[in-house]
Amino acid sequence: MKRLFTVLVAAMIAAAPALADEVRSTGALGIVIERAAGTVAVIDTRAHTRLATVEGLGDLSHASAVFSPDERYAYIFGRDGGLSKIDVLTGTLVNRVMQSGNSIGGAISDNGRLVAVANYEPGGVRVFDADTLAPVADIPATDIGNGKRSKVVGLADAPGRRFVFSLWDTGEIWIADFSAGPQPVVTRITDIGANPYDALITPDGRYYVAGLFGEDGLALVDLWHPEKGARRILDSYGRGEEPLPVYKMPHLEGWAVAGRHAFVPAVGRHEVLVIDMDTWTEAGRIPVHGQPVFVMAEPGGRHVWVNFAVPHNDTLQVLDTETLAIVETLTPGPGVLHMEFAPRGDQVWMSVRDGNEVQVRDTLTRKVIATLPADKPSGIFMTARAHRIGL
Amino acid sequence: MVRLAAILLLAALPVAAQDVAPQRAAALENMLIQDCGSCHGLRMTGGLGAPLTPDALADWPDDGLVATILHGRPGTAMPPWKALLSPDDARWMVGRLRQGVTP
Ligand code: HEC
Repeated sequence: MKRLFTVLVAAMIAAAPALADEVRSTGALGIVIERAAGTVAVIDTRAHTRLATVEGLGDLSHASAVFSPDERYAYIFGRDGGLSKIDVLTGTLVNRVMQSGNSIGGAISDNGRLVAVANYEPGGVRVFDADTLAPVADIPATDIGNGKRSKVVGLADAPGRRFVFSLWDTGEIWIADFSAGPQPVVTRITDIGANPYDALITPDGRYYVAGLFGEDGLALVDLWHPEKGARRILDSYGRGEEPLPVYKMPHLEGWAVAGRHAFVPAVGRHEVLVIDMDTWTEAGRIPVHGQPVFVMAEPGGRHVWVNFAVPHNDTLQVLDTETLAIVETLTPGPGVLHMEFAPRGDQVWMSVRDGNEVQVRDTLTRKVIATLPADKPSGIFMTARAHRIGL
Repeated sequence: MVRLAAILLLAALPVAAQDVAPQRAAALENMLIQDCGSCHGLRMTGGLGAPLTPDALADWPDDGLVATILHGRPGTAMPPWKALLSPDDARWMVGRLRQGVTP
């Protein structure tokens, strides 16, 4: 019996291409989206190498990814509505479905069984079986006339088999609860503010915060008490000032938290806003180099790193979370699109889109310790996200 | 009629495309795909922004589209680009969009 098993395993290994010909774990792996080519690079974040290139993923503008609980599979959400499942161990595409005409991101449930996708066209959320990608549920967003439905943004997973998301056109936050089975119970919170553009969940999964594009401020929902509805916070951060053009929508991904302070991009201002999470009031604002896009904290919380929209997207700034001062301004190269910290913070990976490379920097010295060529790289996602709420 | 319009517009293209230097054209092409693409999709099939495919733009006159690019659409997410793009740049982009943009 044992022998038969060995033979079977040997046969499986022989059949699997590329990476599986040696014993390997996934904890140090990650993926980089090469958005124009429609490919994904599988990377080893410790060896600083590309292990494989997965092709045929369609239009990956604005693509993002989540991981299965065992860190083996990545689910990639493409702009063209494609939902692709990649095996990072073998570096292969294992399944792909075209689930809508135009999508913006997704999430995986806390138990790893359901993958949800936020769609622009047709506006709503579709939910799939994580194993087979078979459809499980369809949640159309609010009708906005002419046969159209609100675009959906800011989709995140929350504890208790829930997905939370925002409706761009109609200013709502919905909570879809799958704890009772494949037919979700949907809670709709309306009048949360104009044009939520993205959202995040605090690392403990309790608070969902949506940034507003159509007006100043953010909308906050306490997921322990959804019956209390949404609360507007920081609603006067730009009062009386003419907003600057926003050449790229900011992102709220992860939660840049240090102590009781959270750091988020202002919209239409060259500022990072500091929120006091005890009172949910403004604790400060930090003038920065341009319109912030990503504001990301080192896992230890000592600094936050900020990148910017065009025409300032060759620059990164590092802010001290205690003094709120800018401690360093870096110019990694043209088109710094995304950053990802190693789970314990020693390295930070960044994509330099128009430089066609991914840089790895030492978080302490901020110096480049490795570069990898990549074709117009955008999002970088490490497998440790599998174990984080809301990522 | 739409088809005729498309043919006429195509015929008008080379003129528009000559208005910017080759180097600038390469920069604009990259910007169109990467930066405009962040809202309109790398393949211009739409996202937060409207689709900018030749079909989607067929009924709009060039001047209106150039004005939209330079001045944006107040009250929507379409920003004014006049601080970064000249009127010639914007006109070149409209011409390029009418040809169909793919990365
Ligand atoms: C931050 C998001 C964003 C970016 C970046 C952006 N657009 Fe737009 N754009 C929009 C939105 C939203 C609309 C639709 C406005 C409306 O509802 O009337 C739009 C509309 C347009 C239209 C009119 C099309 C129509 O059918 O209404 C044109 C042309 C256009 N954009 C060109 C561009 C070009 C060229 C660029 C890059 C230089 C660009 N856009 C970058 C968001 C954006």
